[in-house]
Amino acid sequence: MSILDKHKILETNGSLLFVFAFLVVTIGGIVEIAPLFWLENTIEEVEGVRPYSPLELEGRNIYIREGCYVCHSQMIRPMRDEVERYGHYSLAAESMYDHPFQWGSKRTGPDLARVGGRYSDEWHVDHLRNPQSVVPESVMPKYGFLEDTLIEAEHVRDLMETNAFVGVPYTEEMLENAVADFNVQIDPWGDYDGLLERYPGAQVRNFDGQPGISEMDALIAYLQMLGTLVDFSTFNPDASR
Amino acid sequence: MSKKPEKKEVETTGHSWDGIEEYNNPLPRWWLWTFYACIVWAVLYTIAYPAWPLLNGATPGILGFSTRQNVAEEIASVEEANAAINDRLASAELTQISADADLQSYANNAGAAVFRTWCAQCHGSGAAGATGYPNLLDDDWLWGGSIEEIHTTISHGIRNETDPDARYSQMPSFGTDELLSKAEIRQVVNYVMSLSTEPNDPAVVEDGAVVFADNCASCHADDGTGDRTQGAPNLTDAIWLYGGDYDTLITSVSEARFGVMPNWNERLSDAEIAAVATYVHGLGGGE
Repeated sequence: MSILDKHKILETNGSLLFVFAFLVVTIGGIVEIAPLFWLENTIEEVEGVRPYSPLELEGRNIYIREGCYVCHSQMIRPMRDEVERYGHYSLAAESMYDHPFQWGSKRTGPDLARVGGRYSDEWHVDHLRNPQSVVPESVMPKYGFLEDTLIEAEHVRDLMETNAFVGVPYTEEMLENAVADFNVQIDPWGDYDGLLERYPGAQVRNFDGQPGISEMDALIAYLQMLGTLVDFSTFNPDASR
Repeated sequence: MSKKPEKKEVETTGHSWDGIEEYNNPLPRWWLWTFYACIVWAVLYTIAYPAWPLLNGATPGILGFSTRQNVAEEIASVEEANAAINDRLASAELTQISADADLQSYANNAGAAVFRTWCAQCHGSGAAGATGYPNLLDDDWLWGGSIEEIHTTISHGIRNETDPDARYSQMPSFGTDELLSKAEIRQVVNYVMSLSTEPNDPAVVEDGAVVFADNCASCHADDGTGDRTQGAPNLTDAIWLYGGDYDTLITSVSEARFGVMPNWNERLSDAEIAAVATYVHGLGGGE
């Protein structure tokens, strides 16, 4: 205990106390921060996950703007009841291009991690306009105003560049074609081969059934691709993670 | 608290700040041992369970605990428990399910659970449907109400892009695509209304009948009773999917409807589809 008896030296010497306190904080900091440099080894490699297409990314922005995450999580936990209700539990890789991620444990509405393809586009339009028209017991507010705002693609490239800046692997080719890809995704008669090549599995439809690209189109394009990128009939996740 | 500790001299820590000294009382023994036990517990815990992050992933722990494995085992055990009856359900002739009381009861209960999870969002938790989403309680079926037809509809869905075997038909947009003039649409809507209720404008019903015979009868049949092979609704029964009032019918004829249902064969097992088909068939309208 002799070393502990010497604390008076530290407690009566301000500069020395500062130096040792700094040392302690540094060690604590390294222990907490250093593992994050190897964060990637916690994300298993999964086939099929790709960055969001420009329209989907815009839809994601609207999702975040409208605060959908306040009531809806996008994280299916590995528990039987969740897997049976929502589908395969979420993998880290499925949200690796999310900035910010949409995980959460508070659900007023259902989890949306695998909502893609579960309902028709028309259902989403009906439901966003007036959720109670299809689910009478729902407490969700109405989002019909999304139909009224048409989106010009002028900022979509900036949005993708911002995402690229924080680590989403958008290539130069993707950035150059941002506006074209944005516009063609709601046009089944357009030339969307390039879009599908750059974003495999992207769905091309007029999502809200109305002319023009509205916020409703973008949001539904985003909702309809959620959780659809990984093919679980061919992919088997590691048993222990 | 009845026994007061004797007052005795306690050592001080030796600190003295402005003449104020601090007693050096030992920590209560129970507290100290709990504290030590916690430390030992923590060390053992990190050995037993996944804990330390290393360069190539975290230490797995000697107990081999894994939430993924747990959920897989739990699901497997439930599936194993139900395997026998699920196999029977999946391989049974659909029309014979009702003959087997056990199977029928299992299918109805399992089907109700599947329905509430996957179907209720469109068809309603009581299966009464909503505008644009068919009521499954009545005996008015778009694509057929026998259990086989219901099973096919659930498996492959309607007008989706993901299953090539999906049921498909498309009514022309008579107004948007200018196949009929506005006057002709008004006439035919009045004729259609006259089949089940009072038309808006009885004067044009006869003209509407001609328009109907030329443009609509090939799918909706000459008498307007529809054609299930094309999902063309019966227009004479006063049951409306989108609404039977004048304005809604004008919209339906002008823009056409294109109701979509997902195919469930990729999300649900054969037994689950057979179960939910049995459940829907048994709701009251099954044929």
